[in-house]
Amino acid sequence: MTAIEVDKGAVGEPTAPPSRKLRDSLARRRGRAGLWFVMPWIVGFFLWYAAPMVASLWFSFTDFNLVADRDTQFIGLDNWQRFFADPEVRRTAMVTVKFAAYALPAAVIVPMGLAYLLVSRALKARGTFRALFFMPSIIPFVAAVLVFGGVMSRQTGWVNKILGLVGIQGPEWFLDRTWIYPALVFIGLWGVGNAMIIFIAAMNSVDRNLYDACKIDGASEFQLFWHVTLPLITPIIFYNLIIALIGILNYFLVPFVLNSGSGAPGGATNFYALYFFRVGFQFFDMAYAATLAWALFVVAVAATGLLFWSGKYWVHYEYRGN
Amino acid sequence: MTATLERPTTSVATPPGGKPLYKRRRSKSWLVTGFAGIILFVFLLPLAFMVVSSVKTKDQINDPQGAILPRSPSTFEYEGRDLDLFSVPMPDGSIRELAMLQPGRQSSVFIDPANVGAGPVEWDGNWRTIDRLETLDPTWANFGRASELMNFPLLLRNTVVIAGVGTVGAVFSSILVAYGLARFKIPFGRTIMVVLIATIILPRFVTLVPTYAIFFRIGWLDTWLPLIVPTFFANAFNVFLLRQYFLTIPHELDEAAYIDGAGPFRTLVSVLLPQMKAAVVAVCLFHFYFAWNDFFEPMIYLSTRRDLQPISVGLRTFNTQYDSFPELIQAGSMLALIIPVIVFLFAQRVFLKGIDLSGVQK
Repeated sequence: MTAIEVDKGAVGEPTAPPSRKLRDSLARRRGRAGLWFVMPWIVGFFLWYAAPMVASLWFSFTDFNLVADRDTQFIGLDNWQRFFADPEVRRTAMVTVKFAAYALPAAVIVPMGLAYLLVSRALKARGTFRALFFMPSIIPFVAAVLVFGGVMSRQTGWVNKILGLVGIQGPEWFLDRTWIYPALVFIGLWGVGNAMIIFIAAMNSVDRNLYDACKIDGASEFQLFWHVTLPLITPIIFYNLIIALIGILNYFLVPFVLNSGSGAPGGATNFYALYFFRVGFQFFDMAYAATLAWALFVVAVAATGLLFWSGKYWVHYEYRGN
Repeated sequence: MTATLERPTTSVATPPGGKPLYKRRRSKSWLVTGFAGIILFVFLLPLAFMVVSSVKTKDQINDPQGAILPRSPSTFEYEGRDLDLFSVPMPDGSIRELAMLQPGRQSSVFIDPANVGAGPVEWDGNWRTIDRLETLDPTWANFGRASELMNFPLLLRNTVVIAGVGTVGAVFSSILVAYGLARFKIPFGRTIMVVLIATIILPRFVTLVPTYAIFFRIGWLDTWLPLIVPTFFANAFNVFLLRQYFLTIPHELDEAAYIDGAGPFRTLVSVLLPQMKAAVVAVCLFHFYFAWNDFFEPMIYLSTRRDLQPISVGLRTFNTQYDSFPELIQAGSMLALIIPVIVFLFAQRVFLKGIDLSGVQK
């Protein structure tokens, strides 16, 4: 705010062409003014990120509890011991990993496939297709889950009715331990819009001369995709993998809306984030919740780090289209 | 090479395959478009299910043999009774739409709704072999009931206030920060950018417990403040997008304004912002959708105040209470998504452009 007031006086006054000295002082003043502009974020970073993260770590060494009527005690590594011995941690982590095995490939392949289709020069009304494929992404997740809950319901849902038409007995999607993960992935497909648009932009920015050169050499459509498009969009694949990974680690809303976090069927939707929610916001065991959250953070950093490390071997940054 | 082939009229090339190239190209175009159409159809099928189910009755949804569209038997009111309509094959070969007065195994008595004065018509045959007439009969009342039961107007008001104030905060602060990062030589500018982007991939649960505890202690629980105040501190995604946009505007503009005596703030407001209306609109839309969608934080911060909850939280509560009424759940979902969808259809160009901008440079 101060920056605004300081500068008000200068508005409208004609200035002579700046001398060198004046220019230097202007640059300094500009640097300082810039800092004022960035200030909301800097303050916000300490307020909403840095301080809570440190506090979170500190909580994990205490018995902090919002509802208990006693002073918070430092209890050393008790929470962390509990964490490593907690069978529920292992179970929920396994559920999350299992889901990731389905969701992570889908989160890359589906938007990439759609993007490939939508950049095809043979496709008519590309803009309309693009908008309509994106559209479900702006539907509130809760509504999307309820709609899928209906359309995939065993008796009355259209999915099983259509499968029935071709003679397949559709499964009980949300009550079958095998089919629940594909079902969750299907619900997630309505959210591929963002990734799809980014893939489209990346594919469009591939230099067309490369395709033409390969075509002259007699490359097939598949070879063009595999040897030209794919390597050039690996940075985007990488980016989407990271975003999807973080999304899976935070995966909460869909299972929670689907069955109120009961974990049905048989604990198959008992995700790590749901466990965190139960501990922190239903039992109000804040110290242990902070421990769970920090462990999640460490895993996220490790997984992202691993991805970045692996990126050295498969992400191509050397060429940029245009 | 492509240039000549793209114009079919000038291309006379006939490959060994037989058909001229432009014809093959055209049929390929239909093939690809048709394929995309089928995928789109499947992709949006759940949406059609929702629309159709939201105007059915519970029985129509639960009937395993039920039709796709909501249908009910057609009736004709005659002397105070509702008579079912049938399509009756007459002895002379014609088919007439008649209302049944008196069913019978060997013969039934009908009356012609178009000509009541002609009196009853006797028809020989088993009435169970003839088809009942059905009409399209959407139960529009589902929307009214769903809206009333979930208190939709109140949810809408809450969502609009939270999303509206939040959007103002997010856009205002993000513009300032993005301007600062894009146009000034700030100490540690690069570090700030890196940390900023790192916050995008930070799992949000890490900061949640202390933040919740603080809001609890200062009495902000059960108010909108925890949802609104943080938006005034800029968020990484918006800042990144706006910064990308600032970088596309030539520096000469700033310098000219500077020489004319405009300060940094004046330069931003009168010179740069008018150049980037599209980006600002995109950021507004992003935040609007974020707020409309946001579920976890409104749920924990407003858990005991049903009267302050936004739509996604209200919809989920509605689902837990009325999950044995699938038609109301689908109608409620429709209410929750219709406004975002309409806004999107009008603003999709700006919206998708904004995503382009945020994605390409990464």
